[in-house]
Amino acid sequence: MLRYTVKRLLQLAVALLGLSLLLFAWFKALPGGPENRMLPDNATDQQREALRQALGLDEPIWSQYGEFLSRMVHLDFGTSLSSGRPIGTELAERLPATIELSMWAIVIAVGIGIPLGYLAARRRGTWLDFGAVAGSLVGICIPVFFLAAMLKVVFAQELGWLPTTFRLSPGLTYTEITGLRVLDGLLTGEFDVVWDAARHLMLPAIALASIPLAVIVRITRASVLEVVGEDYVRTADAKGLKQTTIRGRHIMKNAMLPIVTVIGLLLGSLFAGAVLTESVFAFGGIGSFVYQATTERDYPALMGFILVIAVSYVVLNLIVDLSYGFLDPRVRVRK
Amino acid sequence: MRTSRTSPTRRAIGAAASAAIALGLIAACSSERGGEDLNETKPFIFGSPGDPASMDPVFASDGETFRVTRQVFDTLLDHDGTEIVPGLAETWEQNPEGTEWTFNLREGVTFHDGTELNAEAVCQNFDRWHNFTGGYQSPNYTYYYSSFFGGFAENDPEMGIEAESIYAGCEADGLTATISLTEYTANFPGAFTMATTGIVSPASLEQITDDEVVTADDPLPQYTQEAGVLAGTGPYELTEWDHGAQSVTLERYDDFWGETANVKTLIFNTISDENARRQALEAGDIQGYDLVAPADVQPLLDAGFQVPERDVFNILYMAYQQQTAPLDDHDVRAALSHAIDRQRIVDSVLPPGGEVASQFIPPTIDGWSEEVTTYDYDPELATQMLADAGQEDLSIEVCYPTDVTRPYMPAPKDIFDIIAADLEAVGVTVEATPISWVDYIPATRSGDCPMYLLGWTGDFTDAYNFLGTWFSTETTEWGFDEPEIFDGLAAAAAEPDPEVRTQMWADLNVTIMDQLPGLPISSSPPSIAFAANVEPMEVSPLTQEDFSELSFASE
Repeated sequence: MLRYTVKRLLQLAVALLGLSLLLFAWFKALPGGPENRMLPDNATDQQREALRQALGLDEPIWSQYGEFLSRMVHLDFGTSLSSGRPIGTELAERLPATIELSMWAIVIAVGIGIPLGYLAARRRGTWLDFGAVAGSLVGICIPVFFLAAMLKVVFAQELGWLPTTFRLSPGLTYTEITGLRVLDGLLTGEFDVVWDAARHLMLPAIALASIPLAVIVRITRASVLEVVGEDYVRTADAKGLKQTTIRGRHIMKNAMLPIVTVIGLLLGSLFAGAVLTESVFAFGGIGSFVYQATTERDYPALMGFILVIAVSYVVLNLIVDLSYGFLDPRVRVRK
Repeated sequence: MRTSRTSPTRRAIGAAASAAIALGLIAACSSERGGEDLNETKPFIFGSPGDPASMDPVFASDGETFRVTRQVFDTLLDHDGTEIVPGLAETWEQNPEGTEWTFNLREGVTFHDGTELNAEAVCQNFDRWHNFTGGYQSPNYTYYYSSFFGGFAENDPEMGIEAESIYAGCEADGLTATISLTEYTANFPGAFTMATTGIVSPASLEQITDDEVVTADDPLPQYTQEAGVLAGTGPYELTEWDHGAQSVTLERYDDFWGETANVKTLIFNTISDENARRQALEAGDIQGYDLVAPADVQPLLDAGFQVPERDVFNILYMAYQQQTAPLDDHDVRAALSHAIDRQRIVDSVLPPGGEVASQFIPPTIDGWSEEVTTYDYDPELATQMLADAGQEDLSIEVCYPTDVTRPYMPAPKDIFDIIAADLEAVGVTVEATPISWVDYIPATRSGDCPMYLLGWTGDFTDAYNFLGTWFSTETTEWGFDEPEIFDGLAAAAAEPDPEVRTQMWADLNVTIMDQLPGLPISSSPPSIAFAANVEPMEVSPLTQEDFSELSFASE
């Protein structure tokens, strides 16, 4: 297991190096530089050139890449061109928001998706099955910004139950510990923060959960259907085992493997989904930061973001792979 | 283990729910009180389109920073509408050459840290900026300072600034500060109104060393990113900048020299998405926001929201790049100008308050001339003129930006579509060239676009801030060489007498519109919206709203 983990981490290092090279080359190949967004529209060509020179954008690409690598080795992401702040700080400040949002989204997606997929499979052909399949199709197809707008119109504007923007009501006193606001509120006993943060999370989390939820329903349904048809389930049934035992030990545990794999992949894509969701809900996480960095050609910020995402994606999938060993003894034996 | 944990959690959730209900009741009670109570208890939340960059205004060049810092740091002079009025200086005068600017400061002004304002404090600020070194000189940090004053005490060769500084020192005598320049430019007195020259407390400056930014890609010093170090004299003081929540909180400064602010707590919270800003206002999450999409103005008004109209202070134009044949032919440029129905653009794309532009400055600025040639919409004349010029089958490339809206140019594609349709109607074949914004400026600057849409929103009230941007010398973006215009502009820019200068600008506007380097299309006010229960401040054409004026309305 240890050797396997080390091997995977080494693969990660190589993958990151390749990725950074690719990204660097790609960014530099794009026409138009960040100086055009950093200066007012009427800045003179001389002022733009001065800025390119000051930022080292006029140096050869290889020397720029070398400088970038040496900074990375020192875990220095550099300075954001649009905000003038260290990118490490920017990411650290905004990451908790995205993690909190993604966690809620995945909890919603898993919490509803797996039971719903299971029920759809067990009651195949009923209205419930049909509803779940059709609903998940809609969930996959519906654009997040459209869903977000609909949610806002219904729950915020018409019913007035939930806010449309921000992570907390502005002006609310809040003590930061982990940056996950619901958790912090529980830890410090600021229950108004817990309630307020939860209310603010509701709509963006639902919007972000829509696609993963739909995928999980479908995968669970398909996986359960396959397992239910297996001989060992029939045998267990014939032995007269309790339904809960059959469901837990024989069906779900075996059906979980593909579901866990998909959840691992979905976790990564949640970060990408968060870019849009956070912008639409002004949620102040990493997503809205990247959105801004993209429009402003803030290369260092984008590089930092993509590398962080790449690392977390690989680590998440490593955890998923390791969890196979727990779910499926055959995998364990092979290692 | 797991089960034993659930019950406290459940209890906690129960407690949270009851606490929330109690809070809700309190909130419900307070909302029934009058406006004055609300001013004290309820924060005013404004949805800003973007994050500010620095709480030290000298390092910023963006409107979102200035929106916040204007409330905190006063400038020597100020704008009322488009007129320059006293700020920290109660009166001011210039010598005839425009090289000596004397400011008589208000008495009894204190900074938020208790320090008294005097001329010494003003000079310390100007001297500090003049003596910036290293990365502090980079245009991404001190763009405006170097634009106004040319350069620094010692220009750092790494920062690419070559011009010599025109700052020749500041003399302090009690409450009288005299700033000297080696030569006059029409950036003055405008520069003294710019938020970037906001005056910071000398006691704050003592805590700063100005040696942290060595290269242009060093980050700004930490103090520019938080509350607590810099004190100004404005109606609000900065109390918190929460980067994660993208919000800046200001509290009323009770010893403000003017009328103290109505609302005690003011919060600027970033909502970058245009629709999200509108929805947040509609849902009551915020009480106001800026840059309302033109299409949203009427629905907001119908729903009872307030959208006060700003005066116009920008110009959208379509440039004719004269190195591209046949745009070097004046008759062709005139024909194309007659072909375009600018009123339709104003009526169908721009927000209420927009108007057709007749020249390259908005009518709110001194030097706007009634005598310019106007090139009214006349498609028949346009067809005829094109025929006379032998250009019946003219085919031309027109560029527009794709992924951006600017205050002077909401919905570039819609504007382009109208222009293209009008040009096609007089027999011109239009090649549409959409370009993303970051590439757009370089493309238009280098002369790659024969015709293109662009514009400018003014920083301060002088025609130089508009005309000087475009016509001071021969450039590839316009592609014409007209010494009469260049020399006229240089002369006006160096004329220290405001009245003489105004006349020179007016004459120059006539000359420019005869030459017709481009067609000025429109001026349009960026819209700002407020909730129904707010009494908004007076809105400013320069988007320099004073938030201390606004209040919650009593119900």
